[in-house]
Amino acid sequence: MSRTPSLRKLGGLLLAVLPLLLAGCSSALLDPKGQIGEEQRTLILTAFGLMQIVVVPVIVMTLLFAWRYRRSNRDATYQPDWAHSNKIEAVVWLIPCVIIAFLAVLTWYTSHSLDPHKPIAADDGEEPMVIEAVSLDWKWLFIYPEQGIATVNELAFPEDTPVRFRVTSGSVMNSFFIPRLGSQIYAMAGMDNDVHLIADEQGTYPGRSTNYSGAGFSDMTFDAHVGSEEDFDAWVTKVRESSESLTFPEEYYELAAPSEDTEIQYFSEVSPSLYESIIKSFHAGGDHEERVSKYADSYAEGFGHGGGHHESTESHGKPMSAEAAE
Amino acid sequence: MFGKLTLEAVPFDEPIIMVTVAAIVLGGLGITGAITYFKKWGYLWREWITSIDHKKLGIMYFIVALVMLLRGFADAIMMRSQLAMASAGAEGFLPPSHYDQIFTAHGVIMIFFVAMPMVIGLMNLVVPLQIGARDVAFPFLNNLSFWLFAAGVVLVNVSLFVGEFAKTGWLAYAPLSGLDYSPGVGVDYWIWALQISGIGTTLTGINFFVTILKMRTKGMTLFRMPIFTWTSLCANILIIASFPILTATIALLTLDRYLGMHFFTTDLGGNMMMYVNLIWAWGHPEVYILILPAFGVFSEVIATFAKKRLFGYNTMVWATVAITFLSFIVWLHHFFTMGAGANVNAFFGIMTMIIAIPTGVKIFNWLFTMYRGRLEFTSPVLWTLGFIITFTIGGMTGVMLSVPAANFVLHNSLFVIAHFHNVIIGGVVFGMLAGLTYWFPKAFGFTLNEKWGKRSFWCWIIGFYVAFMPLYVLSFFGAVRRMQSYANPEWQPLMLVAWVGALIIAAGIACTVIQFYVSIRDRKLNLDVTGDPWDGRTLEWATSSPAPYYNFAHLPEVKGVDDFWTAKQANGGVPPLSEPPYQDIHMPKNTWEGPVMALFATIAGFALVWHIWWLVALGGLGVFATFIARVFNDDVDYYVPAAEVERIEREHRQSLKQKGDLAYSTRLGVQA
Repeated sequence: MSRTPSLRKLGGLLLAVLPLLLAGCSSALLDPKGQIGEEQRTLILTAFGLMQIVVVPVIVMTLLFAWRYRRSNRDATYQPDWAHSNKIEAVVWLIPCVIIAFLAVLTWYTSHSLDPHKPIAADDGEEPMVIEAVSLDWKWLFIYPEQGIATVNELAFPEDTPVRFRVTSGSVMNSFFIPRLGSQIYAMAGMDNDVHLIADEQGTYPGRSTNYSGAGFSDMTFDAHVGSEEDFDAWVTKVRESSESLTFPEEYYELAAPSEDTEIQYFSEVSPSLYESIIKSFHAGGDHEERVSKYADSYAEGFGHGGGHHESTESHGKPMSAEAAE
Repeated sequence: MFGKLTLEAVPFDEPIIMVTVAAIVLGGLGITGAITYFKKWGYLWREWITSIDHKKLGIMYFIVALVMLLRGFADAIMMRSQLAMASAGAEGFLPPSHYDQIFTAHGVIMIFFVAMPMVIGLMNLVVPLQIGARDVAFPFLNNLSFWLFAAGVVLVNVSLFVGEFAKTGWLAYAPLSGLDYSPGVGVDYWIWALQISGIGTTLTGINFFVTILKMRTKGMTLFRMPIFTWTSLCANILIIASFPILTATIALLTLDRYLGMHFFTTDLGGNMMMYVNLIWAWGHPEVYILILPAFGVFSEVIATFAKKRLFGYNTMVWATVAITFLSFIVWLHHFFTMGAGANVNAFFGIMTMIIAIPTGVKIFNWLFTMYRGRLEFTSPVLWTLGFIITFTIGGMTGVMLSVPAANFVLHNSLFVIAHFHNVIIGGVVFGMLAGLTYWFPKAFGFTLNEKWGKRSFWCWIIGFYVAFMPLYVLSFFGAVRRMQSYANPEWQPLMLVAWVGALIIAAGIACTVIQFYVSIRDRKLNLDVTGDPWDGRTLEWATSSPAPYYNFAHLPEVKGVDDFWTAKQANGGVPPLSEPPYQDIHMPKNTWEGPVMALFATIAGFALVWHIWWLVALGGLGVFATFIARVFNDDVDYYVPAAEVERIEREHRQSLKQKGDLAYSTRLGVQA
């Protein structure tokens, strides 16, 4: 008898969580700002809804059966040897099968329609804009090959323009993700990955690496500014006013050295095919010696609790934060 | 002389670590002192350390698992506290170099040194009894497996105060775990702890696979085996098939780190995607190694306490077999975002959701076992009910993750964290705690205190929902796993809620500790004189509690599923007792070689971490010499005289005559 209040408590708790879920309506995934994200929201809600066909009855049946067939209830039927029923077996196999069959079709269809590698059809049949994203320790380098500029930890592009992000890494594995816009994709050294995204609305959307990559991972964030064509052009002009350049290999390797919580940087000039050079640097050994020596410098303390256990917090990143100090 | 090892390896300037170490050292000294004072070293050596008794090994696995649960949970509390604090530019109290070790250690410890030993411990305790065997097929290997596992535990714990642990996440993804990006000894501790204990696990898999196939008692056909034995069989098949992949993958990473090879490096031909594929080709079956035996526990518990045959026995078996098979062809769902083509992603997504079908069927079968039963709300039943609801929700979020196009926005977010805690806490932890309560009397001869068991359940289930539902919500706002701090202050309230949830779970763990204390204190009041405290259905309840070391005076003969139940029904509800004449029983002897081999393996592992090559040679030589000694040791078995068996069985009958009637009369009242 004493279980009812407890069960009720549990139910109350679940109810208390529900508003939190509803509050998610203004969240990044439930309030996306681009076509890919919108389709993914619909997909998530559809899958969620479909599974309620099984989940809700299971929860209700669990509570109902447990209560109805409790030891003290002598009114309930008791059939200790009843252990098989073709009808029930058929139903409990059939319902999950039907739901999963439906979900499987949906999965097949959306895996293709939302394939990150698939270009987004532009109204005028134009080629998508290309932005190259390179994950470094621990910052994002964005290269605009068409404009000949590059930035660290800041993105900008016009609304309603399909963008093809080519994604690679100058270090360990990361993942490029702007939650408001949809799909993420892994950034891997020596590999040329891509994800197609579009923003339907102007605004500033936070982005980040989602794949843990070491000490500075938590601050591997950036903002994506989406504005009108004019806003974008103005932004490009602003970047071009920078006196910094990014040449391969010297200046690139300087930038690639580990740093944490890195500030936004603009480069008005970049080596042609910088992105390809970074990818190639990993092939067949490429610049192995150079990269490793740069890294060894940053980890100068040798072993111990990582980039600065012995000198504790003030030093983690001491040898690495040349840019951040500026 | 000492390789890379110097005094600087000890983190004297980390107060959290040094206090922990001081507590461990003092506690260790206290225990050592007490053992010496009470002159128990001989007893420990003879009765436990060298024991090949599967029941004692099972108990030891569980003790280590519970201790490691405390350590893994301390990590969890620290992580939740850090995230409750480190909002909007605040740094919290754990710098990344420490925080990153903590989440790595938490994952490694909870999976390898808590969940695995609980599952293997329960298999040890129960499977030979359920199939009517006197021991496992290879008793020496069983002892060795346990001690190799213990070697891994020792290495993980040593890393706390000599050097560091990996800062790579629990699966040590390459290239981050490569020498270029993780030059410290943390990954090496990870490598040798998992490699040594993993060999122990592989041996366990082989051991129990052979035990279940070859040591079943007369009449125990495969389709008369209890479901827990079935799920154990499938879990062991998964161990045999998947752990060698882990061993090989770690070996390749070892070659990268120790011999400068390039299997998984970013350059010179290395391929990090191969690492991710290989580690999950082991990693996905691994989660089914954990959950299948938990399914088995729930099947036994629900049938016993509903006093009813398990609904759809054959379906249960085939569903288990189907899950076993499917678990090997879904590994890619852990990295849909790597960039594979749409066809590949769709295939693995669909294979993954197909697993939901046999799993769903199992859930319905448990529900229909309750249906028209007489369910007693003991704490194992509460764990089972909590499991059915929680696991169903976790299964649902799992299916959501398995849709590649949805996974593209959910991957690596807190959604994943919430999902797998949803199924691992709701499934494995609840299952193991249910199994612990259910089979405890078989191991110790008295039942656990129910009041504190139920309190533990309520704390765990409420704590779970409070701790992890907020994470589902936060994932929709873009919060990701493994972040040490976050800029968005709007996330903090839910992080605080999650922290409160972790505290409630801590209360649940405290209830379990109190439960042990109270139960041991009051053990005389909760004695299990009959050997069958729950009116069980399977063979482990046919012998006395705690079970004699030879398990059964006469090996039972089985005529159907739930044969023990049927035999009781035919005997007026009371189990038939063993009758003389008895025969000599052939039993294995204890072994000193298992613990000694593992001791040398631990030394070799530690030396490998620190590149102390002469000590590596010494440890390796020690392992080999002990192995040779074992090979040429012919004195490995003996016979228990029939007179001794008769004495033990007579004692059991007498205590039953004195106290058993009362136990049976209350039970028969229930059945009427």
